[in-house]
Parts: sequence; structure tokens; C-alpha cells
Amino acid sequence: MTKMGLWVNEHWVEVEPGPGEMLSDVLRYRLGLTGTKIACDEAECGTCTVLMDGEPILSCSIPAMKASGRRVVTIEGLAKNGNLHPLQQAFVNFGAVQCGFCIPGQIMTAAALIEGNPDPAESEIRDALKDTLCRCAGYPSIVRAVQAAARSLRTGEPVAQSELPEASTLVTVGRIVPRPDAVEKVNGSARFADDLTFPGMLYGRTLRAGVPHAILTALDVARAKALPGVRAVLTAEDIPGEHRHGLVIRDWPVLVGIGDKVRYVGDAVALVAADERRIAEAALALIETSYEPMETVTDPVRAREDGAPLVHETGNLLKHIQVRKGDVGRGFEQAEVILEDEYFTPTTEHAYMEPECSIARPVSGGRLEIYVGSQIPYSDRSQVAACLKMPVEKVRIIGTLIGGGFGGKEDIAGQIHAALLAKATDRPVKILYDRHESLLFHPKRHATRIRVRLGAMRDGRLVASATELYGDTGAYASLGEKVMTRATTHSSGPYVVPNVKADCYAMYTNNPPSGAFRGFGVTQSAFAVESTMDQLAERLGINPIELRSKNALRPGTVTNTGQILKESVGLMECIERVEAEVRRRAGADPFASRRVEGAPHLRRAWGFAVCYKNTGLGGGAPDKAAAEVELRQDGTAEVRTSSAEIGQGMVTVLQMIAAEELAMPLEAVQVLLSDTDLTPDGGPTTASRQTYVTGNAVRHASNVVRQAMAATLAEKYDVPPDSIRFVEGLAQVNGDRLPFGEVVSLMKAEGREPRATYEYWAPTTQALGTGGDMHFAYSFAAQAAEIEVDLDTGEVSVRCVIAANDVGRVINPLGLQGQIEGGVMMGLGNALTEEFIVEDGRVFSDRLARYRMPSIVHTPEIVSLVVEHPTSEGPYGAKGVGEISSIPTTPAITNALYNACGVRARRLPVDQDWLARELAQMQAKA
Amino acid sequence: MTSWEHYVRPGSLDEALTILAEGDGSARVIAGGTDLLLDIQQGRHPPVTTLVDITGIPEMLAIAAAGDEIYLGSAVTHTTIVHDPLLNENTLCLIEACGLIGGPQVRNVATIGGNVAHALPAGDGTIALLALQAQAQIASAHGRRWMDLEELFVGPGQASFDRSREILVGFRFKKRGPDEQTGFRRIMRPQGVAIAILNMAIWFRGSNETGIEDIRMAIGPAGPRPLRARRTEAILRGRKLSDDVIAQATEALLGEARLRTSPHRATVEYRRHLTGVLLRRTLAAATGQDTPTPVAVGG
Repeated sequence: MTKMGLWVNEHWVEVEPGPGEMLSDVLRYRLGLTGTKIACDEAECGTCTVLMDGEPILSCSIPAMKASGRRVVTIEGLAKNGNLHPLQQAFVNFGAVQCGFCIPGQIMTAAALIEGNPDPAESEIRDALKDTLCRCAGYPSIVRAVQAAARSLRTGEPVAQSELPEASTLVTVGRIVPRPDAVEKVNGSARFADDLTFPGMLYGRTLRAGVPHAILTALDVARAKALPGVRAVLTAEDIPGEHRHGLVIRDWPVLVGIGDKVRYVGDAVALVAADERRIAEAALALIETSYEPMETVTDPVRAREDGAPLVHETGNLLKHIQVRKGDVGRGFEQAEVILEDEYFTPTTEHAYMEPECSIARPVSGGRLEIYVGSQIPYSDRSQVAACLKMPVEKVRIIGTLIGGGFGGKEDIAGQIHAALLAKATDRPVKILYDRHESLLFHPKRHATRIRVRLGAMRDGRLVASATELYGDTGAYASLGEKVMTRATTHSSGPYVVPNVKADCYAMYTNNPPSGAFRGFGVTQSAFAVESTMDQLAERLGINPIELRSKNALRPGTVTNTGQILKESVGLMECIERVEAEVRRRAGADPFASRRVEGAPHLRRAWGFAVCYKNTGLGGGAPDKAAAEVELRQDGTAEVRTSSAEIGQGMVTVLQMIAAEELAMPLEAVQVLLSDTDLTPDGGPTTASRQTYVTGNAVRHASNVVRQAMAATLAEKYDVPPDSIRFVEGLAQVNGDRLPFGEVVSLMKAEGREPRATYEYWAPTTQALGTGGDMHFAYSFAAQAAEIEVDLDTGEVSVRCVIAANDVGRVINPLGLQGQIEGGVMMGLGNALTEEFIVEDGRVFSDRLARYRMPSIVHTPEIVSLVVEHPTSEGPYGAKGVGEISSIPTTPAITNALYNACGVRARRLPVDQDWLARELAQMQAKA
Repeated sequence: MTSWEHYVRPGSLDEALTILAEGDGSARVIAGGTDLLLDIQQGRHPPVTTLVDITGIPEMLAIAAAGDEIYLGSAVTHTTIVHDPLLNENTLCLIEACGLIGGPQVRNVATIGGNVAHALPAGDGTIALLALQAQAQIASAHGRRWMDLEELFVGPGQASFDRSREILVGFRFKKRGPDEQTGFRRIMRPQGVAIAILNMAIWFRGSNETGIEDIRMAIGPAGPRPLRARRTEAILRGRKLSDDVIAQATEALLGEARLRTSPHRATVEYRRHLTGVLLRRTLAAATGQDTPTPVAVGG
């Protein structure tokens, strides 16, 4: 080892980097500067960017020795004298911070840009940030923030505020407010799981099978155990409790035992804990395994055929899901036009910037604490407890910040494994997945094959819809049944169709599992039905917008599952507002192919699509959330619930609701999330449900506290409770103004707790097939996308997306903007770039360089039109927004592509290679 | 697995060569490391005992004009190239190629020598240097030699010099003469793997009046080694550009380029289709009839 010195944030430090040590290792693990994050560890994503002699570089791929004698600046070194750098302030003000994991990289890269270029054009910002990925995809906000920071630096004026309109009928709800965690996320002090260390902590690694379908015939860990520095090697025999986990069906082995079956390459076989991560990794290589390979089945259609290899002894069918309405046979007989087509969607990957990390720590009383960024902490607790054979009270899940989830952090990752190793060694154990392991192991978006048949009258009225779906749920159930149910129930679109028949086969295969992913099945079926609707419009000679308007769900209509929609159906307004904006920009015929002056090889056109998406679990599942609200002696309040903040803005929403109900300043409300000892169960962060369900729990709990304050004051002042006013953290009674802190003292003096827990139950829903309300609310959306296609190369770019979303009621405008822009970008990736490639059960997309997602250079102009058709029971009328914004983007783009060049995409993503060949063939024929 | 044991930063070429000699095959030169370190981490290159960082050796960092030639040190980063006035004046194709590689973070450390020494058939900087008819200087314990850049490539990832004992020091190529222009274009695909599916550089002397007096072009990936398309050059030399001439040139290029299907990157049919498109676009760029390089959307 060689000693070296370098300047870090203007301090001279001396270190002795070990073999293979990168600059990021020195910064994070030797110097404790954990603001620099590692997301891909392969120079692909830009997250780890720091400045070296003023230039941005990727610290994950710079040997530490290269920094010898150089000046390194990290995100921690940007703020001066406790004042945020204008860039940091601008990222806060403009809502450019969501999950926050990529933000240090964005800010450092941008800092170098504006240092050398005080007035960067948008194109220069895009150039500079082209390889710095943000999966929340707040790219438009990032551009706005960089421009605002540059302006502030040029003029010396304070950093501007976001110019988003506020909704102002309430005191706090609807206002533009910064995220409570924004400052720590821009200054580098935010702690994600891998940023935590504990004394004596060991490092765990997982041996994965690497074969898609086989019997594990031998497993020898002796050599691994003998390696110096190894503290434990565990196999299936060492599991004290349940050997399987799973969110719905416990079919997923914690570790595959000898004689048991491997069902996909990511199956875990053995665990190692060692003093250092590299020792644990070396130990994995010493574990000897042998497998008896079995024939694989990797296609869901093949999986349903007779004689297909069986993934599970019970068969390959996870669930046959059926939707029936009216008489579909008669419907098609009646139809004057019938259109049928088939579509394929690939497996896609969440690619949250933060890879999974769990730390388990034995604490006094025989308890285990687990630090993890999880979307369902209480489910983690019960699954860990079951596998370790511990009472649930002995397990505490402590949620850390989460660097993106999108549905991918609902299943168990390393929680149980870390717990097993911690129990075995009586030491804290951290299991951090690198990107490679994350890609291999965790559940994805279902690949589907969807056949759609629509019957319509000549005037455009839909009379029948028949859909057949195959969903590839991979090796384990995860949430496969629920996802494919949503795909099926939404498969005839947000339309009134009197006769419906849909059959879906959710199939096990030897591919990596599929589960929850933003859009939850509707992403896939919306692509299929919206592509078919455009074809139908062309066949009928009807404008695509008119065809949709003619059939759109409205209040009082019946969905294909038999639900009468009573309220909050803003689809028509979404359609009308997008239509108006498109026509304003593109004139009377936006769907016509247009040439581009001076570029004969380019064509442009707009495309249109609509969708709906349920809020909440639905289908008869009890959907409830509990929250606790406590007023404290210092006049502040704390809101507690186990809901997860995955970047979507949950903390802000709950903070605003409590502040509104308690009539307190926003800053006086703190929110504590995701701690199973301290926060009641908010239920899973899934199904766009948290604002509605947990939001209501907080609203009601706040009201109970407020009423308790009123009751105390009413008794003391002998006035009717409703004569007492609460304003800005003060109680006004009989002309007196009491700060809430004093009210708390009064309450305590009379033995009344200034605290309330409320368990909110969302309206009851009905199981599929029983009629009635399958969901308590739906969000609606319409989008138009303008694309440009290069007829020579097949390159497609999106120029503009106009998105109208009926969200019921806007609570947090800045957060909503992030959800809409990020959702559109994810839909764009789904249309044009993303495919998780698996070949015969083996993962090809095992590096980020092999999974392509949109970057800032793919980002179109995004115009958000907010539609508010309130729900009667959602908080202030709100319903879900997390998923709806993403769903119509893909078909709007593929419809635009057809309009521009006449090629219909039936398989995603639209492959440039394929498209160019199609175009060449068309040209040859013409 | 540890990527390397020792990391050394010699201050002179002699010192670096001595360390390599002492390593007896177990040492390896590193510049920016953007290719090499990933290759080691992902198992495409075995771990090395000693990494010899040559980015502190002055002559390898130089950019200088000497007579009618330009010398470019191999450890010069892509960022430095893109901003260098001498290179901007003389070698637009190199500027365009180096500006398209990665984002600023990668360009700040990745070097032109690293791009060439990696010996891939479609390195962007490599293709540009081939069109410039560059020569490369190799230093070994026994001395130095200049070779035509083309001679440096043996096969995909294989170079004709011993990368565990010898060092690629720098390049030299001619300054831009009267009526000489260059251009570089590439086509990316935003699905699959993040590598260019076809790139091309052209050096050209001529004018609208005289037509193409002389031309050099390079294309990749069009075989195991970066390809100087001499047969296509011969078709174009002495001709005036027309649709017919370009069609003939495309035919010739399809004849000498060994295009193939790379899984998850491009089909051979697509590459064949793109060959004519890219030829037309790069010719337009080199003859000044095209707008400046657009941002690579697929990049």
C-alpha cells in the first residue's frame, strides 16, 4: 500500500488506499463522505460524480491513487458557511429533488458546467447531464433548477422560486412547498441504508444459483468457512423457521437446499458474512455446488401447453383471471366493424438508482433491528419473523431513505438473509447488492402477450371487447396475480363496452420473477387497447379523439367489471383539455404526417391515448392505514405512519394534511415514517394508495387531536368547543391566544393525551366477478405526444407530451409535477428504449449498460394539465397519481409513430433497427 | 476479486518502461481507465498486479504543431482534444468523434490513446485518426518506432504491440491543407447495448468545382479491425458528388465492409441499410453541406 494525500473539500487528507480501491471508496468508507452515492459502479449513470481539479469525474471508476495531490470537491463541500450553493437551493425550490439518490451527481455535474459557462442554454445543460441518470426522471425540473442557479450566480439575486400555480382555497394544502427532506438530499447529509455503519459490522454476500432450472445436488461450504475473516456461512439447513417467503403466496425459497429446486438464476443458495466485503466475495467463490440441470420454460404461452416443464409441482398456472360482462358473442354479431390485433411487451426493470441494501443488527432483549428502504415495512417484519421463528415484536424494521422504488422494493430482498447472518454471528450485518445482483434478482414488470378484439358500430360505438392476455410472472408469484388482474380488468380501456370477455393466464416460468412496477399491469394492457383504438378509428374514418370521447367512461356509466361510476370521472375533461392544447399547437389535423423543412428524411406527427387506473388495493381486499399524530410541548407536531417515501412526496403530503387540519405552520409538523416500533401500519406503498388511504388516516387523527384540544380549552374557559378557533399554531379562545405548546400542557395536566391514532378503512370493494365496486376510486388521463421519426435510420425522438391527469384534488403541486414528468419519462422509456433481456432464463441485461433508459437528452417538452374531479371521500377530494401519469405515454408515442410514418408498433420497445427495415420495405413497395 | 495490487504513477516514459519490464507481463498501462477497469471488473480482462498510470508523463500530454504535422500525446483526454484550438482548426472529424464519447465525466478522463490501444473495431477516436492517416509512436525498452495506425490493429481488442511491455506514446498526422476538410458521424441505437452501431470518418480534399481530388475514409465496425475503406475511396477519388456516384461508392463500401449481426446491437441488414445513409451524411459533413454534429440521442 502506498500513502497518498489529496485535498478533499479544501482539507488536506492522507490515506493509504488498498488494492483495487477507487476514489469513491476513499470518500465514502475512509472519510465518511457518504453524500457521494454509488448506483451502478460501472461508469454508466453519473450518480457518483465529484469534481477533481474542477472537472466532473466518476468517482466509482477512478483509482484512488489518481486523486493523489489533486483537489476533490464532493457534494458536502459545495455549501459555504452553512449556506446552500445556489444550485442546491434551486434543486430544492424547483422540486428537482425526489428520491434524492442521484442528486449529488446531478448537482456536481451541473456545478462544473455553470462554473465554466455562467449562462448555459438548455442544450448545453442537456449535453453536460447526458450521462447523469435520474430514474425519478425529474429532468425538466433539473433544467429549470440549473438555469435558475446560473441566473442567481450571474445576478447575485436570490435563487428564484418555482412558477407553478398554487391551488389556494385551503391554507396549506395546494401550496408550493419544499420537501422536508430536500435540504439533506442536496447537501449530502441524507442517509440511505448503505450510508450507515455500526461498530463490529460484518458484510454479507449471497451466492446465487446462476442456472435457471435445476436440482441442487451438492453444496459444500467448508472451504468458504475456513477462509480467514469469514464469520458465518449459512445454507438452507440453518433457517430456523419458514423456508419460504412471499408477499401473497409463500413460494420463494429463502435459500435453496440440497435436493431442492432452483427456479431462476437469481435463487439464493448460500450466505456469507465476513469482516470485509471483498472477503465475503472471495468466500463465495470457494463454495462448491453441483446442479442437475432441467429443461427450462421461459415463455408464458409455452408454459401453459401440455408437457411443458413444470416450474412448480402444482403447475405453471399461477392464476386464470376472467372478466365477463354481457354477452360477448352477441356483441360481436351485432358489431359492424371488428378489429383484432396482437401485442407484445417485454420484461422491464425498475432500475431505481439505489440498489437494495439491508442491515440487520442484534439488540438487547433478543431483538433484531433491520435497516432497509422498503415499500412495505410491516410485511418485511412478519416475513423476517416467520423465517427466523421469532415473535414479530422481536423484529423491528427501521426504514431508511429510499433511493427510488417504483414497486420494486415491495418484495423481500436482503432483509431475511441479513437477519439470519446477524442472528448467527451476533453482529450487525450489512447486505448491499451491487447493480449486477440487483438486476439478476429482483422482480420486474411482467412481459405480456395481449390479443385484443374490438367490435364497434359504424358510428364508433363499442359493442364488444374480447382480450386474451399471457403474463410472464417468472419463477415466483410475488404480486403476479394482482398485477395481471389489473392488466385484465383494465384491458378494454376506460370505455363503456356492453359486452366484455377477458381471459388472462398469469404463468410461472424460469425467468426472474415479475411483480409490482408502476402501472401494475395497466401499462401493458393500455398499450394494447389504445393501439387497437387508433386502428379502429382509422378503419371507421373517425378522428381518434372523437372515437374515444364517444365511448369514454363518464359518471353514471358501468365499467367492464360491473362497477357503476358514481363520481370523480374526469376523463372527458382530460380529453377535451389535451385536444384543445394539441389543436392550439398543431391546428386542425394534428395526426397528419408532416415534413420538416430542410430535412427531407424527417416526419413528425402527434398521437393520442387515454387510460384509467385504480387507486387502492380493491378487489375486496381490506384497504386500511393507521397513523398517529402527536402534539408536543414545544408547539410542534409529529405524524407517524409506516408508509414509505420512495421519492413520490409522501412526507410532504402528510405534513401538509396535518398542518391543514391542525391549523399549524407547515414547518412545525414533522413526519416520521417506516419504523415498526414507532409508527403504526400505513399499509403497503403500492397501487397509488398512500395519499388517499394514509392521507385520510392522518387527516382523521389530526382532527381527533384538534377536537381534544378544543375539549380541554372548552372546559377550562367554559365556552362551547366550536367557539374556539385554531390559526397558525395558536388557539383563540375568549380573546386569548394560546400557543399549542401551552394547550398541550393543559391537556397533560388533566391527564388527556395530546395524541391520537386513527385507523382509516377505505370504502369496501368487491372481488372481481361479484359485480359492484371493484375499486373505491379511479384516476383518469389523456396524453398527446408529438414524435419525429428519421425515415433513413429509424431513430424516433419525442418532441412534446401534453398530459392531462384527473387526480381528484391537488395537494402538493411540486410533488405532483415530479410524478407527472417522471411518469411521462418512464412511459417514454417503455415505448422507445427499455427491455430487460433474458435469454433462455439467463439474464443478458445484467449491467446498466445493457438496460437502456431515457436520459435528459430524450426528454421532451412536457405540458401538464391538471384536472380535478374530486372524490367524496379522498382527502380534500384527492385520489392516486403515482401511476396514471405513466400509462398513456407509450401508446400515445406508438400511435404518433404510425401517424408519422405508417408503421404500427406491436412489440415494445420500438426497435430502431426493426423500424428502419420496415420503412425500407415500405419504400421498396411504393 | 481485486482489480489490481499496486498502482504506480511514473513521471517519465523511461521510468514507466522500466516498471513494465520489471513486471514481466504482469503490469499493464492505464490512462483514463474507463475501458480497462470495466473490462477487469466484468471479467473480460484478468486482474493485473501493477497498474502503470501514464497520465503524468509530459510528452504523452502534449499537443503540438511541428512543420506541417501535428503531434498528439496519447494520454490527452477527450475533453482536452475537444477544446484544443489547434485540433479544432485542423481536425474537425477528431473533434466531432471525441465530443460524442460518453458524458463530460468520461471525456474528462478517457484518453485518445486508451481508445486506440483498446483496439476495438469501432472506437470513435480511432476511426477519426484513421481517416487522418495518423501514425502512432510505440516505445519499448529497446527504443521507439513510428508505425501507420492501421498496422496497430490485429483483431478485436488485439493490438500489434505488447501492451504489457510497450507504451503507445502519441500520434502524428498532417495539418489541414488548402481545400481539405474532415467529418465524423455515427449512428446509435437507444435499445439494447450502449455502443455505436456504425461510425465513419472522412478526410477530403476538393471543392464543388474540382470534385473530390483526394479522399480517405474509415468505418467501424466493419470487420475485426477498424477499416480504411480504400476501394470506396478509389471509387470516389477524382469524381464529383452525385446520387449516382454515391450509389456506386455505397456499393463498393458494402463490398469491402465486413458487416455482421451483433446480438442486441444491430442486425446485418440494418447495418447494410445504414451504410449508404452514413456515407451520405458523413460526406455531407466533410464537404460542409451538413449542420454541425447533433447531440447523440442514443448516447
